[in-house]
Amino acid sequence: MRRMIPFLLYLLVCIATVAGAQAGVFNAYVQLIIMYVGINIILSTSLNLINGYMGEFSVGHAGFMAVGAYITSILNVWLFTDSSVFGPSLLDPSSALYLFPVTLLAGGFGAALVGLLVAIPSFRTRGDYLAIITLAVNYIVKSSIENIQVIGGARGFMGMRNVVNSMKEVVDVPWVLIWILVFTGFTVWVLQRLVTSTYGKGIVAIRDDEIASEIMSVDTRHMKVVAFMLSSGLAGVAGGLFAHVLGYINPGTFTIMKSTEILVMVYLGGMGSLSGSVLSAIGFTVILELFRPLQMAKWVVIPLLLILLMPFRPEGIMGHRELTDVFPWLRRFLAPQERRS
Amino acid sequence: MFFQTFLQNLLNALQWGSFYALIALGYTMVYGVLLLINFAHGDIFMMGAYIGFFIATFLLAHYTMALPFALPPAVIFLLTLLFSMVFTAMLGVAIERVAYRPLRRKGASRLYVVITALMCGLLLENGNLFFLGANRRNFPELLEKTIYTIGGVTFSNIKVMVIIVTVMVFVLLETIVRKTKLGMAMRAISYDRMAVPLMGIPIDTVIAFTFVLGSSMAAVAGVLYATAYPVLEPYMGALVGWKAFIAAVLGGIGEIRGAFVGGFILGFVEIFVAAFFPSTLRDLLAFSILLIFLCIKPTGLFGVARATKI
Repeated sequence: MRRMIPFLLYLLVCIATVAGAQAGVFNAYVQLIIMYVGINIILSTSLNLINGYMGEFSVGHAGFMAVGAYITSILNVWLFTDSSVFGPSLLDPSSALYLFPVTLLAGGFGAALVGLLVAIPSFRTRGDYLAIITLAVNYIVKSSIENIQVIGGARGFMGMRNVVNSMKEVVDVPWVLIWILVFTGFTVWVLQRLVTSTYGKGIVAIRDDEIASEIMSVDTRHMKVVAFMLSSGLAGVAGGLFAHVLGYINPGTFTIMKSTEILVMVYLGGMGSLSGSVLSAIGFTVILELFRPLQMAKWVVIPLLLILLMPFRPEGIMGHRELTDVFPWLRRFLAPQERRS
Repeated sequence: MFFQTFLQNLLNALQWGSFYALIALGYTMVYGVLLLINFAHGDIFMMGAYIGFFIATFLLAHYTMALPFALPPAVIFLLTLLFSMVFTAMLGVAIERVAYRPLRRKGASRLYVVITALMCGLLLENGNLFFLGANRRNFPELLEKTIYTIGGVTFSNIKVMVIIVTVMVFVLLETIVRKTKLGMAMRAISYDRMAVPLMGIPIDTVIAFTFVLGSSMAAVAGVLYATAYPVLEPYMGALVGWKAFIAAVLGGIGEIRGAFVGGFILGFVEIFVAAFFPSTLRDLLAFSILLIFLCIKPTGLFGVARATKI
């Protein structure tokens, strides 16, 4: 029963958030920030699986996000709305209500397949050479999308707003917000379960010593494929959600800049710390919004702050520890965890 | 006719590859010594071009404060190159001193240093955007552009100069690293970081010297780039920098020969893809080729797979 408490607590928070949004306590701006926080949590925790837990250096996370965003958006616009690109809707627009998570997962699956592009070279390469492969994949994805004229090319793709509206016509609640909350919880849960399981400890073993773990009968290739596909798949889901928040996507959104932003969140929170990633995703997104009055100077102040703060705490906020290590009483409510000294 | 097109593109590729090679040299020198991917390097290249711009316009007396005498443009060009190298080297060392050294002293994981490097790059880009404004600047034409045509292949003196300077810089760096004592110290640090201070080699001085070399090469690239393509904007270093990093890895990062050859290979691939396919496919095909290449030869062209002791 005690193990259910975090879940119930999260459920309560979600219900409160949705109710707040519905009742008008949170205006559209606050809702938008909450949605960005959720998406950033998915992105940073999923990248942490690769960079923190597996110890590889992936710098192209936005590429997978782009794949998910485009697949989900195209499926949704094609299936549920009358658009100039794909003609009349194939299915009843109201069916978007229950098929939306399916298309999201389809986007995630597509992104996971692209993740194989990184996973397979990772059998032979490590470190900086793998970093460049992820970088190249990011560019390849962006450049391919720019070259497919049917889906708008460099001009971008829109029409997702209609999908959201057709969902709202059936039941008028903030659907995108709900799905973001659901998938944020799902992501954190899946990753937490994975990295604390015996199976998932293979991933941590690869980080600590690849050869030793192979000798200890960890199937490193299998673990790498699992980690890369899961991470990129979750990024794809985040991309799909992101597309429906904005209602418009273009390849220019998913550049190396976006990847850098996700990387910063991961390192700010601490490598190999899920709770750190969650905290830093929340903190970073909120701080970005707080600095909005600075306008242009925002992107001067934030890097400067990070550079100056880095020497004081070079391992990030949590730095290889979880919240349960900082507050041991939390451990009562969670599944037994890996102890780190 | 086909042969002419080929030669023409070859020359273009040599020039384009020169820029990548010059920037990649900076990446690879820092990496060779510190095992740090200095992601700010693309923006140091941009700063080099900007510093060059301000020096050139100052020497051409575009400001109220000017030299009492006028200099011939060729001298101005040389002075611009020289001073830009000096100031950019100072910038590079300053970044090393403020951002990287404290982290190194603390023994932070090198991936955190990479994040700091990314932040330094962002800071340079956006600081430039903030203080100098978003309008593009035109680099003054310092060298008279002459265009020669030999056998249907046209080229300008600037193109030839860029290629020659790159080759000279490469030979110079290779000599420094292979023949001088400082170069030997640099190689020693990359070989065994722990033993080097015990041998009485001042590790911080050597690292600072590496940054001086790398940043001044970026300044050379910046001034030459601005001479060939005279439009300056704050984000000009971002994409070129990333691509130069790719060139450095392609050649085997940490190897000076590798960066040189890798830069030219990337230049060739990009120019020839753009010449024979729609130019929008340039990035796509270039990066796909790199991906396939790295799958076949994971350590790059000259990189040697280090044996792992168990």
